[in-house]
Order: sequence, then C-alpha cells, then structure tokens
Amino acid sequence: MQLDDLYRRVIMDHYKKPRNRGTFEADAVTIDLNNPTCGDRISLQLKVEDGIVQDARYTGEGCSISMSSASMMTDAVKGMKLEQALEFADRFSAMVKGEDVTFDEYEDIEALSGVCKFPARIKCATLAWNALRKGIEEPK
Amino acid sequence: MIGRELREQFPILNQNVNGYPLVYLDSAATSQKPHRVIEAVKKYYEWDNSNVHRGVHTLGSRATDAYEGAREKVARFLHAKSPEEIVFTRGTTTALNLVASSYARAVCKEGDEIVITPMEHHSNLIPWQQAAKATGATLKYIPLQDDGTISLADVEATITDRTKVVSVMYVSNVLGLVNPIKEIGEIAHRHGAVMVVDGAQSSPHMKVDVQDLNCDFYTLSGHKMCGPTGIGALYGKKALLNQMEPIEYGGEMIDFVDLYESTWKDAPWRFEGGTPIIAGAVGLGAAIDFLLEIGMDTIHEHERKLAAYAYDKLSMIDGITIFGPEQDRVGLVTFNLDDIHPHDVATVLDAKGIAIRAGHHCCQPLMRWLEVSATARASFYLYNTEHDIDQLVKALLETKEYFSDAIG
Repeated sequence: MQLDDLYRRVIMDHYKKPRNRGTFEADAVTIDLNNPTCGDRISLQLKVEDGIVQDARYTGEGCSISMSSASMMTDAVKGMKLEQALEFADRFSAMVKGEDVTFDEYEDIEALSGVCKFPARIKCATLAWNALRKGIEEPK
Repeated sequence: MIGRELREQFPILNQNVNGYPLVYLDSAATSQKPHRVIEAVKKYYEWDNSNVHRGVHTLGSRATDAYEGAREKVARFLHAKSPEEIVFTRGTTTALNLVASSYARAVCKEGDEIVITPMEHHSNLIPWQQAAKATGATLKYIPLQDDGTISLADVEATITDRTKVVSVMYVSNVLGLVNPIKEIGEIAHRHGAVMVVDGAQSSPHMKVDVQDLNCDFYTLSGHKMCGPTGIGALYGKKALLNQMEPIEYGGEMIDFVDLYESTWKDAPWRFEGGTPIIAGAVGLGAAIDFLLEIGMDTIHEHERKLAAYAYDKLSMIDGITIFGPEQDRVGLVTFNLDDIHPHDVATVLDAKGIAIRAGHHCCQPLMRWLEVSATARASFYLYNTEHDIDQLVKALLETKEYFSDAIG
C-alpha cells in the first residue's frame, strides 16, 4: 500500500487551490449531499442551459480526496451536455472501482485512480460525482 | 496481568497490516476478542447448541443453563439485584430503543419532557427525538460547559417536575469524560423522572454498580467489552420492566395465547421474543469472566494511565487540537492534526498498520458543538501499551511531514 498512489501532487494541488469553490447568486440547480458514514458534505450548484452545463460551483467540508474530486469535477463538466456529464460520472465510478479508463478531456481526474486501492476512501471520491448525477437525473 | 502480557490471548493482534505490526487503537468502536471468548462460542455450537426454554431433551437443558447462566453473569457484573433485571438485547442501541419505545411512549404525554445532552451518541438521541415526536413531549438538552463537562447547576435548571425521562451517557465516546450519573439521577428522581444510563463506553472500562448509581435503566454492548457482536443487555429495575409492554411479539415471550387475546411472561423474557442470541450471550458471559478475573479496577487504572500518557505525548505535537478535558479520561483521546482532515490522517496511519477512527463518531450534534465536521480518535483497551501510543505519535509526526510535503 503506497500512500503516494493516493495522494498525488495534482490532487493536493486541487485540495490546496480549489477551483469553482463558492456559490452562485442567481438561480441554479442546487444539490446537497452528505456522506453519512463520515460527515463529509457537499453543496453543488449547476447552471444548466439548453441541456448544457454552463457553470458549476460547490461548497462543502471533507477530506483532501472528496474536496479535490469536487474541484476537478466542477472544472471538467463545464460546457458538457448533460448526457455527456452523466457518462463522465459513470466513467469516474468505473475508474475508482479499478477499471482501466482514461479522461482525455480532463486528465487531472486520472490522478484519483489510486483511490481504488483504498476501498474505505472510494465514497470520499464519489461524493461530488453522486451530487452531479443527482442534479442531472432529478433536478429540483 | 495486563497490557503486553495479555496480547497473546488476542489472536487478531498478532498480525501485520500493510507490512507493519498491527497497532489497534479503535476499541471504542469495537474491542478485540480473547481466545477464550471465541472458544466459548465455538464450544457452545459444537457441544451445547439447542433452542432454549422449551426442549425437554438434554441439549435443550444445557443451552438454557448456558443462556440463563450468562444472564446471571451480566447481573453480577452490573451488581443488579437479580438476573430478572437483565434483558438480553442486540446491544446498547436496541436497549435504548426498547426503553424509548416501550417505557417513554407509555408514560410521556404532551407537555412532558425528556432530558438528554448534546454529547449523546446518536443511539441515545434519536430514540428520544422520536419518542418526543410521537407523544408530544418536549426534548430538552442539558447544556455543556466550555470544556464539554456537565454542571449540576445546569442539570437542576433543566430538569423540572414535567420531566419524565433523563438519559445520559456514563462515558463520552468522543470526549472520554465520565458524567456525574449518580448525581444527575438524584435530581431526576427528586422530580419523579426515571434515569437512563447509556453504558456503552463505561461497561468495558470501569466497575459499574447499578444499585449504587440508583439508575432505573442501564445498557451495555457486548462487543465493546471483549464479547461477540450482536449481544448486549438492558438493566432495568424489576418493577419498571414488569410495567413495560413488549415491543416484539412472537415465540418465547408469551404466557398464554388465545385467538384474540394473549398474555406475556414476566420480564425479562417478555422482551426476548423469538429464539434469542444464545451463542452471543454465552460469549458475553465468557467475556465477563475474563474481565472480572483481571479486575475492572485494574483495567480502569491501566487505561487511565494510557490515556494520560497519550494526552501528554499528543499535546507535545505542534498543531494538534485535543478535544475534551485533560483529567480522568476513560481510555481515549480525540484530536485533530493541523488542518489535515481526519480521514487523511487515518489513511496515512493505516498505511503504517495503525487503526484509529475518523469521522463524527455517531455524534453529529457534538461535532457541531465542537465546531468541527470530523475528528480523529485513538481509543485504548486492556491489551494496549505505551509502545502503541509511541507508534501513534511517531506516525502522526510522519503524517504532518507527509502532508506538509504534499501540500507545501
């Protein structure tokens, strides 16, 4: 078990310098999600127009894995069609379960592939992506 | 015999995890099991297994004796007046739910009060929330002092003549402090309320005398005190238990069943519908024998020393925050390290074979009171040593270094 497989530099960079952290003033789809086993929480906001994610922001509390994952996800989905974003979320789930997939659209995400060797931390990595999925599949 | 000499009796401790000798510092979540407890359960299944209270045959008698013998052991362990005051449950959660669902819902009505504290584990909080909602009673909280302790003046100010139930944890699973249960109980009784004690974290670590505490209900979880998972107990004063309605109906718990009406056995059996947790009870009995042979005072003193040692060593780490008062901690230290999230701390420690708990410890309201979203917790038991704590401290220093490199 190599810690460096998990804590790659790019992850720590997103953790230290989060992208898209904050909230929109105007109306946006807002999804609040908790990880009840550990207390992590995220509030994700999506601006969707014409079936395209125009912008995304988040606030929340959690470990380096959950917060860096949120930073990357919100960056990556900007400009994506909703179905493309869902496919992205599926691919992310596959990656953290150990499947060999790539993210040519946003390579930083591949740094989180090491999570598959740390089963207890998979839920941390997927929190933001579950919020994304919820925001697209059941927008309020 | 305690600490290092005991370790060989716990088979699980003799292993490497991620290439390092296991350092198990998560006994407040669940304790490890000595060989003789594992053997007692095995022997029960290999030799005595049968259903209880009904078989005329020899195995049936043996199983019944083993099960009821375990009840006597729990009664002795808690200094109850009689085994009939001990209900076997799945653990503390089930025991507290039983009191909340049966006793509290029967006695509380609109305008009455149920009093608890913000430091309670979810299992001593949600059952009362739900009982209050169902009956129209008001749920009230005894406020905490700045250091997390409870002041008796606040207890006096919170409990009134409308209070029907007061329920407080004996030992905090986060702050490690011992609450003044006996004194709180005296105040509760003066107002005609019953005193319920969540004993999940006290039972494994210290002598408990329910008659001296004069509490009305007391709970324990077997798996936190060297016993198997899935078994625990509710102590209740006999008169109270016998006025309570069962909440589960079925075999074993009945006196007489007719087509439209049925009657129940006396307590405790009226609360043990269905085939009970026989092997679990046998294992719990073996765990109690084991603990009493070592002596609860010896165990308590060993852990008090370990907690004090851990407190001293951990407080020397630059950037550490320790939660709860320094004095008289029962076997655990809860902390955060710089602004490294506790999950990250726990993952780095795990890579070095050290098991600690990270998260909210089933105490979300207390986390909010502490103004943190999560904490790390190292907890100790009779098999831990100062060496374990030295390993923890060393690993925490390495964690700091690792994250300052990674983040820096």
